[in-house]
Amino acid sequence: MTHSNTLTLELKSIRKAFGGVPALCGASFALRAGEIHALLGENGAGKSTLMNVATGIYQPDSGDIAVAGRPVRLTTPRAAKKLGIGMVHQHFHLSRRHTVLDNILLGLPGVSFLPDRRALAGRIRNLADRYGLPVDPEAKVWQLSVGEQQRVEIVKTLIHEARVLILDEPTAVLSPLEAKELFAVLARLKADGCSIIFISHKLDEIKEISDRVTIMRCGETVATVETGSSSTRDLALHMVGREVFLMPTHRERTGDTQRPLLSLSKVTVSNDRGVPALRGVSFDLLSSEILGVAGLSGNGQTELTEILYGLRRPESGTLTLEGAAAPVTMSPREAISRKISFIPADRRMTGTAPGLSIRENLMLKSYREAPYSSRGFLRPDVMAREADRMIGAHDIRCAGQHQLTGTLSGGNLQKVILARELSSDPIIVLAVYPCRGLDVGSIETVRQLLSNARDKGAGVLLVSEDLDEIFALSDRVAVLCGGSMAGPIPVGEIDRVAVGLMMAGVKGRAEGADATRSA
Amino acid sequence: MTSTDIGFFLAILQAAVNAGTPILYAAVGEVIVERAGVLNLGLDGMMMVGALSGFVMSRATGNPWAGFLAAAIVTAGFSLVHAFVAVILRANQIVSGLALVMLGNGLASFFGTDLAGEVAPHFERFPVPGLSKIPGLGSVLFHHNGAVYLSFVVVAVTGFFLYRTRPGLALQVVGDSPETADAAGIPVLRIRILAVLVGGAMAGLGGAYLSLADTPSWMDRMTAGRGWIAVALVIFSGWDPVRAALGSYLFGGLVALQFRIQALGYSVSVFLLQMVPYLATLGALALTGLRSSIRLSMGAPEALGRPFDREERR
Amino acid sequence: MRLVQRESSSTIRSIAVVLSAVLIAFALGSALFLSLDKNPLEAYLAMARGGFGSGYGLSETLVKTVPLGLCALGIALAGKMGLWNIGAEGQLTMGAIAASWVVLFWKVPDAALLPLAAIAAATAGALWSTIASTLRAWLSTSEILSTLMLNYVAELFLQYLVYGPWKGPDRFPFTVYFPRTAWLSTLGTTRLHSGIVVVVILAVVLHVLLKRTRLGFEIHLTGDSSSASDYAGVPSKRNILLVLAMAGALAGLAGLFEVTGLQHRLQPSVSPGFGYTAIIVAWLARRHMLGCLLVAFLFGGLAVAADELQIVLHIPAGVVLVFQALLFVCVLGAEVFENYEIRWRNA
Repeated sequence: MTHSNTLTLELKSIRKAFGGVPALCGASFALRAGEIHALLGENGAGKSTLMNVATGIYQPDSGDIAVAGRPVRLTTPRAAKKLGIGMVHQHFHLSRRHTVLDNILLGLPGVSFLPDRRALAGRIRNLADRYGLPVDPEAKVWQLSVGEQQRVEIVKTLIHEARVLILDEPTAVLSPLEAKELFAVLARLKADGCSIIFISHKLDEIKEISDRVTIMRCGETVATVETGSSSTRDLALHMVGREVFLMPTHRERTGDTQRPLLSLSKVTVSNDRGVPALRGVSFDLLSSEILGVAGLSGNGQTELTEILYGLRRPESGTLTLEGAAAPVTMSPREAISRKISFIPADRRMTGTAPGLSIRENLMLKSYREAPYSSRGFLRPDVMAREADRMIGAHDIRCAGQHQLTGTLSGGNLQKVILARELSSDPIIVLAVYPCRGLDVGSIETVRQLLSNARDKGAGVLLVSEDLDEIFALSDRVAVLCGGSMAGPIPVGEIDRVAVGLMMAGVKGRAEGADATRSA
Repeated sequence: MTSTDIGFFLAILQAAVNAGTPILYAAVGEVIVERAGVLNLGLDGMMMVGALSGFVMSRATGNPWAGFLAAAIVTAGFSLVHAFVAVILRANQIVSGLALVMLGNGLASFFGTDLAGEVAPHFERFPVPGLSKIPGLGSVLFHHNGAVYLSFVVVAVTGFFLYRTRPGLALQVVGDSPETADAAGIPVLRIRILAVLVGGAMAGLGGAYLSLADTPSWMDRMTAGRGWIAVALVIFSGWDPVRAALGSYLFGGLVALQFRIQALGYSVSVFLLQMVPYLATLGALALTGLRSSIRLSMGAPEALGRPFDREERR
Repeated sequence: MRLVQRESSSTIRSIAVVLSAVLIAFALGSALFLSLDKNPLEAYLAMARGGFGSGYGLSETLVKTVPLGLCALGIALAGKMGLWNIGAEGQLTMGAIAASWVVLFWKVPDAALLPLAAIAAATAGALWSTIASTLRAWLSTSEILSTLMLNYVAELFLQYLVYGPWKGPDRFPFTVYFPRTAWLSTLGTTRLHSGIVVVVILAVVLHVLLKRTRLGFEIHLTGDSSSASDYAGVPSKRNILLVLAMAGALAGLAGLFEVTGLQHRLQPSVSPGFGYTAIIVAWLARRHMLGCLLVAFLFGGLAVAADELQIVLHIPAGVVLVFQALLFVCVLGAEVFENYEIRWRNA
């Protein structure tokens, strides 16, 4: 593992703000030739922003960039590419309607007016073979799995002869198996002389793959260390700045026997693109429990919660609620009347309406009922009082109930949603990625509120990609993979390894559940 | 079927090509614009601008081709307003288009007040040597004026450009995923502005065809809503130039038919007949809604109508 | 040079932005007048005089405020929900036709004539827009295109009627004059009829509706975020139909007033494009109900001014159309600067 000390890429004291809100506060980063250098930090620490500066997508407000020792100005993404800097983003830069070939053709320099598609297809196949990245040039991008799309992105950067490869949270969308394949590819690239920047917030991966780590926090670079001589705990400490404990929440058993609040039976549905999203999913949600649904996003979670809340109709299968003999046709109206609360993944445009005030958003589901309205007319005074109460009870930091929610921070926005959804003593709570993108303080609040709901007897369906969260909160665990559900299994009877395997589609311990991988 | 029936049928087809050509120009131009992700609803106003400027220039120079060229240039200039407001300033594209319709109609009405009923040198028909002798197809396609023949070329070139060339691919991706195009180093805004200008020029040609070939003369509001039909055509042709051309001819056929229905012995009010194209457009729009399950092959460019801002925090 | 998102918004800036847009529009309009060798200042003064300078001018302005205001209210209401009613012109026409039908052909007591005509007009406009709203609600068909096509159909239907089955005894395409009992009373020697009262009342009613009722809340919510409104269980299909029906009814009433208050018969052109001008009015008023009234009043003055310009200064009436469109474009462009500012790149 020899590498020279020449700096392939250097970023010095970069500052960047968006509309007055600072994202980078003097961050610096130095990449040596031939190394795999991890960039570690929590959500919102500034890792992606810094790399977007390195690739010419964002212009720094101040600071310097140097490539191979020479100061440069990366005014456009093309300038960065010409210097051999390539990036695979979290959100892929692919046009779904077009083929792999056309997508790669797009940004390729030196291609003539009438491109020779066949020759390019050959080049793509060669590259793919060389590094172990099988891709089909004629496939349309929307038909590919997320892992395959990522391979296309990597081939794209390689075909531009990138010598610096930046990967932004690449394993976020991969199963553990696919992640291993990716690491093999990275090793081959490194042997070939590429320098790699690996952005992640996953400590064990960083330990496994990188030579050095730079840790970022709140828009600044906190430290750069040799991976070999740092422990996971050291890295975590740098990342968070204080000791963090993730203890499972105590479960106060009420002693009542649990009863099924809702039953799904063989539900099948396709997503908006016509691809099957759920295949014959069956399970019960019990009272006084948190049922954690693990799985990488894109495996049917969205569709599942939409069916439970009535935003989507199943193509086959039934949804039955407690006490009902016949299956119910769910709709949001129906769900609201049956006290099913929904904390959606999209806080900004679905969970709240950004152009409406905090008060209006707090009343989003109750404006129809007395005492908030009578005979078609709203009662603004009653609504105002209740809004005040909720703002106080949930410590929502705002300039008053008339402030538009579009201007609130992520944490406060989630508080608004939780205040609304949990104040009504719901019977069922559907929570989708509730802690995503929140700071540690807000995360603890959210988890506490969900536990409280469970303690009061509600059945909570928690969809999360974070295995720590799933294991900390859930009473039972299920895994969605390729539209099939494995489980639910009581949390005491399963461990993280098994769940990881189930997420990858390997046949698990679940009785009666089919966990085969989809195409 | 007697030979007079066939003759009648062919006459309708021939008239369909003539009547469909102004819409074809506008629609194919709009396909380019919308494929680049910009919605330009101002076609009807732009056609009026083209009709007037073409007419004026033809009168001034005595040559309809000069008029045709002038229409393209002037209308492209007019479309700069939309390019500026919608693409650069990123205002609401629907409203901007509507404003252009009103502005275009207003300007054309204003500057054309004294020209009502006047004549200008117009396009003459001439058969294409050789091709016009083909039985059936020959009379339908090759007994027209030069502007029609030019439109055939335009359709072919547009299709070739979009699907076979690199800039054409770039334009498509600009409309489907501008972030992807931007990341690939493609100048999104520049392409969109160029697309709007080209679309504007084509709309101008479509309008000029009305005043220099179809009617031919100058009248206030002479598009009779045909710019809007072009907008609708782009949708139910699935944003494809060849299908848009065929759709234009279909519509032209409806127009041609309405004049000849009475020759067939049916007495229907002229006005009720004139409704048919608009009702047909309405029906076609509804049909498109019904089969929009084939979204990705027939669907709108995914970024259509969304202004592009690289720095927007995503 | 780039456009960068602003950090905050302020009312002062909003007003400044609109004012500067108006000024630019006036400047461009001046260029138009100069191209005709007319003094712009003289022209603008003549316009002001014509629209607001005399008692009669004022009454004429108010007469035009009725149809402009009614159509604009409907367009603004739909606009608040994110729907575009481009079909006000056609709905107005159908309303006029329905009202004429009642007045000319129904055998009812005199006292019932006008009320029934009003109901018919509103219903006809609502039904006409419902064709488009149904397509929108169930097939996601663009209501812009469908309402527009229906405009042409309505106009042709009108021509068919006045040239055909409803034509009066002489050679011209008009119906017979309505019986006197179906004529709206007017104020003094002016042409101002009770429509002005109705439009003011409706503006207030709709304003209250939007601010204080459940429906108003839902309209506001759907217009802001359709996914949030689905999530909240708002019956979106029902509301699309309801709101566009209301817009259609309002435009239909505009047709009623033109035909029973002004023209007193059905003729080939019931409206000189009120339905389209109203779109500009609704947009300039920011979809605010009372704002629509104000802007409709100003535009009414503009329209009256067009006649003054033509008579006194021999300027073709089309100039007002151009001026209105210029105003539209300028405000549209200027609005952008409310939320974005120009940042010059540093060296």
